[in-house]
Amino acid sequence: MGLLPEPFADLEPYAAVWSLPTEGERYDRRLASTMDELQTFYDACFPRLEAAIAYCDGVPLAEMPDDVVRLMQLIYSLVIVSMPVEAWRQPNVPDAGAARLDRIVEPMP
Amino acid sequence: MAKWPKPPEGSWTEHYPELGTGPVSFLDSISPEFYEDEREAVFKRCWLNVGRVEQLPRTGSYFTKELAVAKTSVIVVRGADGEIRAFHNICRHRGNKLVWTDFPREETSGSCRQFVCKYHGWKYDLDGALTFVQQEEEFFDLDKDAYGLVPVHCDVWSGFVFVNLDPEPRQSLREFLGPMITGIEGYPFEKMTERFVVRADVGSNWKLFMDAFQEFYHAPILHARQTPAAFSIPAAANGFHAPHYEIDGPHGVVSTAGIRPWNLPAEMRKPMEDATRSGLFGPWDAPDIGPLPDGVNPAKCDPWGLDSFQIWPNFVILIWGQGWYLTYHYWPTSHQRHTFESTLYFVPAQNARERIAHEMAAVSMKEYGLQDGNTLEATQTMLESGYVQSFPLNDQEVLCRNLHKVAVDWVEDYRAERSAPSDAAAVR
Repeated sequence: MGLLPEPFADLEPYAAVWSLPTEGERYDRRLASTMDELQTFYDACFPRLEAAIAYCDGVPLAEMPDDVVRLMQLIYSLVIVSMPVEAWRQPNVPDAGAARLDRIVEPMP
Repeated sequence: MAKWPKPPEGSWTEHYPELGTGPVSFLDSISPEFYEDEREAVFKRCWLNVGRVEQLPRTGSYFTKELAVAKTSVIVVRGADGEIRAFHNICRHRGNKLVWTDFPREETSGSCRQFVCKYHGWKYDLDGALTFVQQEEEFFDLDKDAYGLVPVHCDVWSGFVFVNLDPEPRQSLREFLGPMITGIEGYPFEKMTERFVVRADVGSNWKLFMDAFQEFYHAPILHARQTPAAFSIPAAANGFHAPHYEIDGPHGVVSTAGIRPWNLPAEMRKPMEDATRSGLFGPWDAPDIGPLPDGVNPAKCDPWGLDSFQIWPNFVILIWGQGWYLTYHYWPTSHQRHTFESTLYFVPAQNARERIAHEMAAVSMKEYGLQDGNTLEATQTMLESGYVQSFPLNDQEVLCRNLHKVAVDWVEDYRAERSAPSDAAAVR
């Protein structure tokens, strides 16, 4: 039994790293990664994004089985990683230093 | 970008002559003495927003709010009669904090039938009445009716719950908000119940962060790198001009024209924006929320970007043209620090695609906020150096000028009142 729905078996290695339940964990993983790691994740998953969104869209939000929830979390991580890959060219926000903005309430999934 | 007409006086600032046009002092943001008086003059007298009614869905629902600036904590609770009440979060027996979970300094929320003190088991009902005293017979002439929870004035406007720590508030909540703010009544806040909350400890005076989000003069510069060069370079060259500013009493609003990202050339967008059909300004596909009240989009822009209502002292309601809104709160913890909270509110996602669009908006907001917050620490430290004491503000910074004037006016009024106690009694 994989982490993700079967059509996304090719993304399993990324799910093991990036399918994290909270924004805080996803953001911390981004900061702890190198640009090479972020770029590799982005390059592998971005071409599959539309298919992943369409797959999740076919499942009611309130009744998502765990594997679909993990696919949603993988998409959220891709969103967080798109900022350094598409804009910043570094994992942290430029000039943000040690500043933190912690998400303390968020919808699940 | 078209420049917008200004008032007949020639500028937004001169439209409000009491503001003046000279350089501004930020002594109000670096002085510990000013802060001590501001606590009394402003935060212990103003109506303060502490949350929304949706956080208290049923009888017994409660949350606590830490108000370090007033050195207190309040409990906000929905009673058996459906009314929302607020109390100081202190047990009348020996002063223990009544409601907390694990960490006494952290906020908590939940649902209960009554409040029970962890220390000696005194019990209070949802109306604050003391209902049970452990070993009551050991006390001396104890009148339980005299030892209920200490109430805090509490009122609700458009689903926003406010408290006022003044023993006798000088204005009702509605009078305090005034016509400009109450003019947005009817906006469907109650439909937007999907929440994202972020919180940060920021190393600046609360007013300096208010300033950062009440002018957009900084946006094309500080945030240039978040957008592709095809967007950011012309944006910086054009600068920023808002079509509408308004000041009503201590409150202000800035309204902006909109950008429709999906109509821009593709090289001006990021790939993830196209993939999620969302970005900083929110989801591209707005929900149908019906007609808007007159007070929203006051310049009747089309496309319209946002209205940022700056509600004195520390509360902002920012309504986006794309059918969602957010709030900011700036809770002072010292003259040079505050807790910043930003809450995004959406009509609940009906499917994964909508939920992902909300996520993209929330993530984009955070990236901007991190840049803004850290810049403020750089401002605070240099203001405190004291080598430069007056600063020129332009017309797009009119709300900043107003905020600092209002803060100084309220503190000076308080100081005058305190130095002439007999007159103050008459004023009351």
